[in-house]
Amino acid sequence: MEKILQGNYAIARGAWEAGVKVACAYPGTPSSEILTALSQEYKGDVLTEWSPNEKVALEVAIGASFAGARAMASMKHVGLNVASDPFMTVSYTGVKGGLVIIVADDPSSHSSQNEQDSRHWARFGKVPMLEPSDSQECKDFTKLAFEMSEQFDTPFLVRTETRVSHSFSPVRLGERKESPIPLGLDKKDAPKYTMVPIYVRIRRKFVEERMRKLEEFANSFEYNVIEMNDPRIGVITSGVCYNYTKEVFPEYSYLKLGMVWPLPKKIIEEFSRKVKKIIIVEQLDPFLETEIRSMGIKIFHGKDVLPNHYEFSPEIVERALKGKRYKPPKMRVPTDELPLRPPNLCPGCSHRPLFYAIKKLGLFTFGDIGCYTLATAPPLNAIHSTVCMGAGVGGAFGAMKALGKEGLGKCCAVIGDSTFLHAGIPPLMDIVYNKGNSTTIILDNQTTGMTGLQEHPGTGYTATGEPTHRIDFEELARALGVKHIRKVDPYNLKETMEIIKEEVERDEPSVIITVNSPCMLHRREKRKFEHPFYRVLTEKCRGCGLCLEAGCPAISWRAVSEEEALTQDGHKRKGVVQINRLQCPGCGLCSQICKFEAIVPVTA
Amino acid sequence: MEERVTNVLLSGVGGQGTILASDILCTVFHEMGYDVKKSEVHGMAQRGGDVTTHFRFGKKVYSPLIKYGEVDYLVSMELLEGLRYINWLKKEGKVLLNLQEIFPPAVNLGKMKYPEDIVGQFKKFFNGRVFTVQGLDLAIECGDARATNIVILGAFSTFFDFSEEVWERNLLRHLPPKIHELNLKAFRAGRRALS
Repeated sequence: MEKILQGNYAIARGAWEAGVKVACAYPGTPSSEILTALSQEYKGDVLTEWSPNEKVALEVAIGASFAGARAMASMKHVGLNVASDPFMTVSYTGVKGGLVIIVADDPSSHSSQNEQDSRHWARFGKVPMLEPSDSQECKDFTKLAFEMSEQFDTPFLVRTETRVSHSFSPVRLGERKESPIPLGLDKKDAPKYTMVPIYVRIRRKFVEERMRKLEEFANSFEYNVIEMNDPRIGVITSGVCYNYTKEVFPEYSYLKLGMVWPLPKKIIEEFSRKVKKIIIVEQLDPFLETEIRSMGIKIFHGKDVLPNHYEFSPEIVERALKGKRYKPPKMRVPTDELPLRPPNLCPGCSHRPLFYAIKKLGLFTFGDIGCYTLATAPPLNAIHSTVCMGAGVGGAFGAMKALGKEGLGKCCAVIGDSTFLHAGIPPLMDIVYNKGNSTTIILDNQTTGMTGLQEHPGTGYTATGEPTHRIDFEELARALGVKHIRKVDPYNLKETMEIIKEEVERDEPSVIITVNSPCMLHRREKRKFEHPFYRVLTEKCRGCGLCLEAGCPAISWRAVSEEEALTQDGHKRKGVVQINRLQCPGCGLCSQICKFEAIVPVTA
Repeated sequence: MEERVTNVLLSGVGGQGTILASDILCTVFHEMGYDVKKSEVHGMAQRGGDVTTHFRFGKKVYSPLIKYGEVDYLVSMELLEGLRYINWLKKEGKVLLNLQEIFPPAVNLGKMKYPEDIVGQFKKFFNGRVFTVQGLDLAIECGDARATNIVILGAFSTFFDFSEEVWERNLLRHLPPKIHELNLKAFRAGRRALS
């Protein structure tokens, strides 16, 4: 049977068919749907969890593998940075049950803080890596990775990227086959799993031997395929780049690599003998190019014409390879000049009043990873640094250290609930332990918002929706030694501003937690606003635009004609604002901002 | 089946249901025996940002992305988001526009103007191949503004000669039973609008 599947759902399907027993992940675009699919569609067969972070996800998967189960951890590219510690060493221990790590890159940083190329992890960690090009391969490669993981005693990486993870194409479905390996722990395996120097040195040699075997295997791997057409030009490529290039240059010959580490050197040499000129098409870094060049093979085109950055597309490949022969399509309208439509915080989002308050207080905000990075954009302009998960909390502390008392009242850290549990606890501990005085604002919207509403240890529900212990942020902060913990309802603008001001000026560590402010898209938790929506009393509105500074998508400004040029009380105006009632959820922020009482609730 | 691949670009604003419409297209064309690929292109969490979906069908589809300038059908849920992709169309391409304006931030803030006469701009280049539907009004008549995407899908379905039954069955597969009736009404209203 064939079904249309998203790449991530196909990976989940492949893992299920391979008999995966334990699957762990921390949500991260473009990888999140893998665990969602497993916990919704295959929960009877697979034990799934949203782990607090990727390091924990991988460690749990490693433990399950040591106990004989097929296990998987999935994450986005920067997630593997977090999980890199166990990753680098599980390469040495190898596995018992097949262990697969899915890593999803994000060329063009559609939803990421960088666009690193995860293939380097394969080489760095001495771990084999497969790279699928469509949903069918996502399923097939994931399945194969489990088998080969056991066959070669190695964790296996499967690398996707946004376009493969988030594209849909037909997949032939298979049945689930339980793993042949019996479950159980065996103390005799200790030397294999205990990486103390004496055993490390033994496993270190094993790793080299394994990679040699894998390289030999890669030469006969069924998904490293030569397609001979015109022998004048041969393209070496992998993943979605194969599809882009094939689309534009179907007449060329191809070596499509299903395994991108280790490389099948014999096949590459064979291909280079069969074709006159070699072109290498790969997104991001010249990974294949560097390796193939070092084999002494002459490369006609690679990164000399193709960019090192951003996501590719058929026309990027065509333009680069055709050079001066490329003829761009005719431009009809200069669309670059059209007003842009960047993503925005939802109407009614609790982040909006909070960031509006921060903006009014003039603070420098150490941001973190989540929807609230959207507050970076105008008109809020209220986030001033974003590095990685958890970096805001430590960053604000570092800045306060450097600035001394001068810094008081000038900056704060903001971090989401899920992000705080992922990586915000150690830096908060550091602030208390090392006698800091910075303020950490936990924006508790009761979900992992940006990646599509996943549960976390602070929501009180597991990945499959079962109720569980819910972490109390106040208790947690108190246990770390924070004495000043304030709760704030962000929709009360005046109070929010007062509390933030008091805490950032305080010469001691403090934490502010937002309450009753669930994500507007939350399915379970809903904030009940007092009024269904707000409207503008046009006769009073002076068109000053103060309310527009909150950047709510429901509020717009329009110019007025001669007849409307005066307010009821005789003030000149150039325009008025209006509220789109279909978009307004009635949060009332604009009404609190308006100085002329021109925005009023509509009572049902 | 002819060799060539047909390219459909769907555009709209996050939350308008562009993605659902393209999911349904995907299963319809797959059922009719085509190879299909579909890819959603949007930044961050698409919170009110622009969303486009590349949908391709044919005998064998390689790239999940349409090549710039190769769009056969541009279907837009919103006028500005249609205009944004006018250059992506082939010379002989067809355009289906939902006559709805959703202001982007710069327009809301009064800093830029919403482009004028978008339909006219399309007609200048694609005269006779520009189709328009009052999707939002029709959806509201059917009972819910949120069904605008299905009205537009209904209108778009008239471009192909598959039976209504195939469309409707695949439409319902993607929706919970309690909104089946509403969406069937919306789909049929869209079909009528262009029949």
